[in-house]
Amino acid sequence: MNSRKGTARALDIPARSCYNANVKSHLMAGNYPAERKRNHMDRIYLDNAATTAVAPAVLESMLPYFTEIYGNPSSVHAEGRGARKAIENARRQTAAAIGAASPQEIYFTGGGSESDNWAIKGAAFANRKKGNHIITTAVEHHAVLHTCAWLEKQGFRVTYLPVDGEGRVTAQQVADAICDDTILITVMTANNEIGTLMPIAEIGEIARSRKILFHTDAVQAVGAIPLNVQELKVDMLSMSAHKFHGPKGVGALYVRKGIRLDPLIHGGAQERGQRAGTENLPGIVGLGAAITLATENLTGKAARIAALRDRLMDGILSRIPDVRVNGPREGRLPNNCNVSVRYIEGESMLLRLDLAGISASSGSACTSGSLDPSHVLLAIGLPHEVAHGSLRFTLSEATTEAEIDTVLDTLPGIVADLRAMSVLNANTTTVSDETFVCPRK
Amino acid sequence: MYSEKVIEHFSHPRNVGEIENPSGTGTVGNPKCGDIMKMDIRVENGVITDVRFKTFGCGAAIATSSMATEMVKGKTIEEALRLTNQAVAEALDGLPPVKMHCSMLAEEAIHAAIEDYQRRQAAGEAE
Repeated sequence: MNSRKGTARALDIPARSCYNANVKSHLMAGNYPAERKRNHMDRIYLDNAATTAVAPAVLESMLPYFTEIYGNPSSVHAEGRGARKAIENARRQTAAAIGAASPQEIYFTGGGSESDNWAIKGAAFANRKKGNHIITTAVEHHAVLHTCAWLEKQGFRVTYLPVDGEGRVTAQQVADAICDDTILITVMTANNEIGTLMPIAEIGEIARSRKILFHTDAVQAVGAIPLNVQELKVDMLSMSAHKFHGPKGVGALYVRKGIRLDPLIHGGAQERGQRAGTENLPGIVGLGAAITLATENLTGKAARIAALRDRLMDGILSRIPDVRVNGPREGRLPNNCNVSVRYIEGESMLLRLDLAGISASSGSACTSGSLDPSHVLLAIGLPHEVAHGSLRFTLSEATTEAEIDTVLDTLPGIVADLRAMSVLNANTTTVSDETFVCPRK
Repeated sequence: MYSEKVIEHFSHPRNVGEIENPSGTGTVGNPKCGDIMKMDIRVENGVITDVRFKTFGCGAAIATSSMATEMVKGKTIEEALRLTNQAVAEALDGLPPVKMHCSMLAEEAIHAAIEDYQRRQAAGEAE
């Protein structure tokens, strides 16, 4: 047994392609082979808001940091220095990608949720003497909403701004909600479910002039649209590598110079004493490579993706009756298509799509593990049964026109089948909730 | 997360549709929770000779509707009333815990249809 020497070259690494046989068989495990109409090569993955494939070049950049340059970045020896150098390089790459004034404004974390938790709790506790009021919106990711709810239990007061029918808050709403004791505003850059872009620059203007900290959860926006933290006047910005073809389990928080946050994770002096724990070296290297790759020629890539998204959205609207678009047509993430198909339920559509080799997502309760459909869809005013019938397709750079056309050829038949089976139809839409007894407690 | 049997019934559901002038009909569920199930039954000499369902709901709701109709077809009213949600779930080789309420809905829909049949019978005898 001397074939494994512990170097990258000695390992059986599936380097160049993410679609080798090994990966393919892993992807197929847990599926239903008898029902499969496509193998992994043919599958159409349109759930890039959930997560993305690691780009081959990103994977390649990470590999040496598992087995060759594996030192602890805090160590003084050569291995440690090599690791430190790689982390500082990733910090420069990340700062450059979002227009930060200095790499020192970038802190690496364990992902988007940690970045949100740290920014919000860190800002709240660091400013407790100044006030205890936080402003956010009703449509934030749960990493923000549940953090705010927890802070309420700690005695903070939180205003959850309602949104319009397209999921947007106005800067005026934010301005009107500001009180003497407001210490933090947190508004997402782009909604993860319906893709709505928030007026971040306008809110940033208000926050800066009122001297209130402004955090934005940009997990869905980084790598999807061009962002510049200085132009947006944000003080903190959360990002997550796996949303832009980087690895899972690593993220970053931009913290503008001069802003003090209480640490979330206490321990060693990593990240300048702000985030303890030995750095996720390969992950951080991957984040740096991924954010550089994702933000290259971004305007052009976003336009191409948006054109495909419009082809999908228009195609669905023209081929299937009784469908509505959730979120705006303009001012939305280029890769996000979210529709509600009336009279049928989202998870059943997802299953049928999956069996046909298409991966999508839904805001129905049945996919969330809770009784209620997506809080975002309810916040934009959808009745429960329409929210249950939502379907989200999120594209990536790898999405092709042929894939979109396959979806457009497949979806109408699935919808027709499920509608034929459904107890709801055009005549039952006004069905009152009291007509039926819900057996769930 | 779903068994192959659930996927099979979901993909090829049995007894979908409605019965014209059914002996009994029952609708349970709520658009708010995302599942509504309607069952029609035809009863001849105390035996369920035909049963049809229409369901708005997730994969598990459709699969349990399908399985429940198969389990009561050809059964007497008394036998059908003994149908439990556990039996439906077991016949599908199990359901994920969060989906057990769907099997509950199938049991309740069958019971609702039978109760409706019994109400109609009682009303007919009273006339």
